[in-house]
Amino acid sequence: MTAEHHTAEHCGEAPYISRMRPHDILLPVAAGLCCKPGGFHIDPVRPVERAVITHGHSDHARPGHGAVLATQETLDMMRLRYGDNFAATTQAIRYGEEVRLGDVKIKFHPAGHVLGSAQIAVSCKDLCIVASGDYKDAIDPTCAPFEVVPCDVFITEATFGLPVFRHGDAADEVKKLLTSVALFPERAHLVGAYSLGKAQRVIALLREQGYDAPVYLHGAMEGITRYYESRGIALGELRLVKGMKKADLAGTITLAPPTATSDIWTRRFPDPVTAFASGWMRVRARARQRGIELPLVISDHADWDGLTATIAATGAGEVWVTHGQEDALVHWCRARGLAARPLDLVGYGDEEEHEVVAADEAET
Amino acid sequence: MNRFAELLDRLAYEPGRNNKLRLITAYFRDTPDPDRGYALAALTGALSFKHAKPGLVRDLIVDRTDPVLFGLSYDYVGDLSETVALMWPKGGENYRLLDHPSPQPSPARGEGAQLRAGQSPGSKAAATTLSVPSPLAGSEANEARSRGQGEGYPTGGLNIDPRHNNPPPPTLSEVVVTLRTLGKTELPSQLARWLDELDETGRWALLKLVTGAMRIGISARLAKTAAAALGDKDPQEIELIWPGLAPPYLELFAWLEGRGDKPVNRDPAPFRPVMLAHAIEDTDFASLDPADFIAEWKWDGIRVQAVSGRDERGHMQARLYSRTGEDITNSFPDLLPSLHLPGAIDGELLVLRDGRVQTFNVLQQRLNRKVVSPKLTKDFPIHLRAYDLLGDDENDLRELPFIERRAHLEVFVRKLDDPRIDLSPTIAFDSWQALIAARANPANAGAGEDADAVEGVMLKRRDAPYLPGRPKGQWWKWKRDPHIIDAVLMYAQRGHGKRSSYYSDYTFGVWTSGEDGEQLVPVGKAYFGFTDEELLQIDRFVRRNTTEKFGPVRHVVHEPDQGLVLEVAFEGLARSPRHKSGVAMRFPRISRLRWDKPPREADRLETLERMLKDVTAN
Repeated sequence: MTAEHHTAEHCGEAPYISRMRPHDILLPVAAGLCCKPGGFHIDPVRPVERAVITHGHSDHARPGHGAVLATQETLDMMRLRYGDNFAATTQAIRYGEEVRLGDVKIKFHPAGHVLGSAQIAVSCKDLCIVASGDYKDAIDPTCAPFEVVPCDVFITEATFGLPVFRHGDAADEVKKLLTSVALFPERAHLVGAYSLGKAQRVIALLREQGYDAPVYLHGAMEGITRYYESRGIALGELRLVKGMKKADLAGTITLAPPTATSDIWTRRFPDPVTAFASGWMRVRARARQRGIELPLVISDHADWDGLTATIAATGAGEVWVTHGQEDALVHWCRARGLAARPLDLVGYGDEEEHEVVAADEAET
Repeated sequence: MNRFAELLDRLAYEPGRNNKLRLITAYFRDTPDPDRGYALAALTGALSFKHAKPGLVRDLIVDRTDPVLFGLSYDYVGDLSETVALMWPKGGENYRLLDHPSPQPSPARGEGAQLRAGQSPGSKAAATTLSVPSPLAGSEANEARSRGQGEGYPTGGLNIDPRHNNPPPPTLSEVVVTLRTLGKTELPSQLARWLDELDETGRWALLKLVTGAMRIGISARLAKTAAAALGDKDPQEIELIWPGLAPPYLELFAWLEGRGDKPVNRDPAPFRPVMLAHAIEDTDFASLDPADFIAEWKWDGIRVQAVSGRDERGHMQARLYSRTGEDITNSFPDLLPSLHLPGAIDGELLVLRDGRVQTFNVLQQRLNRKVVSPKLTKDFPIHLRAYDLLGDDENDLRELPFIERRAHLEVFVRKLDDPRIDLSPTIAFDSWQALIAARANPANAGAGEDADAVEGVMLKRRDAPYLPGRPKGQWWKWKRDPHIIDAVLMYAQRGHGKRSSYYSDYTFGVWTSGEDGEQLVPVGKAYFGFTDEELLQIDRFVRRNTTEKFGPVRHVVHEPDQGLVLEVAFEGLARSPRHKSGVAMRFPRISRLRWDKPPREADRLETLERMLKDVTAN
């Protein structure tokens, strides 16, 4: 890292220096988004000296960095997943708190994606870039609501960057699940959901619908779910599936990592109905390919309307589009006179598609 | 419409037959007339209106969306109806008339609506955004961004009460009744209106309905069975009265719910429930006298009932039913002119070429066709082989003994005098020994060149009346023994539904000499025949002996001294250029697991080729 070479002559207070270009502040490189004047990377996919991390999903928060700056929740989740030595040093930052790094100032704002998720506003002189990480603008009882941050350049994800992705009301999807449980009381309902964020949101939504029976968990979900509870998110009575008799699981709801719902692990359930909570479930072929019987369109990412409305609301004149369906969103921006380009960052994906449960966890 | 759409949506994903039934029955129970009746009509394919062409649907969406975004979306989704259902803009926005999407009317439902109603202090978006004027996006940027998942834009200062803005979505009855009378020119605007009013699933179902492309894996029979369950009736009873019923089936539901009498079938060509045979066991012969029976070949076609009758106006109506009573007339228009005398024939549907009965593999080309082209009827000429007569003009013959019905049948077929309909020949025999010989070699016992299409022998008591169902001791079927080979398990794939955690679909092969010496060539695939316990054993074997994984397919070890030998039973063999081995099996199933046998001792391809030669030599 070469942060020390960038001094006040680039980012100082002197008003006569020519206006900075966005690329002088943030530049996509192989390791991720690099901020040269600040001497750090955002969500680096390779080990770096200083990392600023938006949220705890494994494609954004990786182990092995020198120093990590993130919200307390994100740091805790990294510790849960990678152990105490996931980074040499860590520093926690709160939403709304501003920190000076090298020649830039950074500020964290809620991204509404999962507990502790943040957008990172990077400002240098009069230019502000917001790296939003993954975000959603729908309400979620398990995390702080998304906040629109006015900026000059907005870096947006595009996981659901096609107009066919409109997620609808998550409460209706949970009602669909409860209707099915009522119709098939002798069967178990297995809901595939990503362990970090989605699972806890589904449980919270079930509770909002008045479902007060115990919710069962796959062993791989226990740690992170208990962590959510320790941060004050009430999830009602939770039980582990392990050790339950098959017959006793009739009429129950169990949350499990998506890969577990088609595995040997499912044989402990009586005639299970396989559900999957994901934005991908909007497209029938995707659900059918996975053998899902009850698709639940519940997403932790903004849908098309959410992406476009957010871009407009930030007031940004320039938009950088990353991970997902970049083409459609870039086209949409340009049709509205906004400068837009795909970032072509690699290493970020839809975590749901990639979550692999370790063999020992699968047997629990 | 939205409730019906929910049902279709759920059915499209549900693999289990019983669960499908439960879903449909629950729908019938909860849905009032006449909606449920039209749903039953939609599921049984009984709705008839001029279908909208996909081109019309495409025109509608092109008028309302950015063509680049539509193109990208269609490529991604791959299905026109679904793409349109998903990206249909809310509130009738017209892309061509607007440069930007304008603020939309508020939704009456959804997180967005709830949030706005409460406008919580947690919504920091308001404070932050309001202070930043946007150079480009106009009003949108100035508004508090507090909408929910995919539920429209805030209304800003428009002050529209969301609850009184949208017309209610149409009911299924409304859609069906309107479509029946709607002129072609009115269709696009009516369709657009409905699409505006429905949610995503509702739009998808509507488009599937109006384009006539439901394809959700529900047979008419299944839908009727679900309706029967509503009143604890035998689905056969519905089948019997079905031809006399019309949507929305008010009488039917009244009867099923115990509120009315059973509807009477006034159809001139009604279905009569069929008589079925028991499989005969070796021990049964001891108590049976050959003199009491007539024997016929059991043809490997499909059992049908061909019924003709005159309606009130004296017009001849002809119908073809499957053995379950499903009306399959439309699939065989080429047979209808031959059914020109009033009566009811029980017989076998076959394909005949140059007077020779073709195998089931050939007949299969004619089954489950929506569109029957002239080429199809020419290449696969259909034929009816008659073996019983249930009605002759006005007379019901079912009470008569078989031997008398047979006499009536012979006269009836002679009077028909049609090359497409002939009489099922009887087999002469005076002892069980003689019949055993005939069954072992049909070619020499009268079946001649048609022996390929014989799958055994039928025995019918001379004095048996025609009784519905499977009465004891009247009719017997004596199938040919299946062919058996020992094959080696090569690949395994996960099953569906209940079996999704099991490797339950098996590809097996036999040995052949290839360029690299002895090698296994796949000859077939089987996914049943084994017990639950055996399934567990094979599944365990597959997991422990996987050599490679390709998506859902596992390569299982298959070496001369390592692997699993499966005894495979099958009914017939045909040449198949589509298979690497050049042969295709009919009805293969796993009959035994040969844990005791090393793979090197499994059968060879030459054995199968010899079977093929034997068959063609006959």
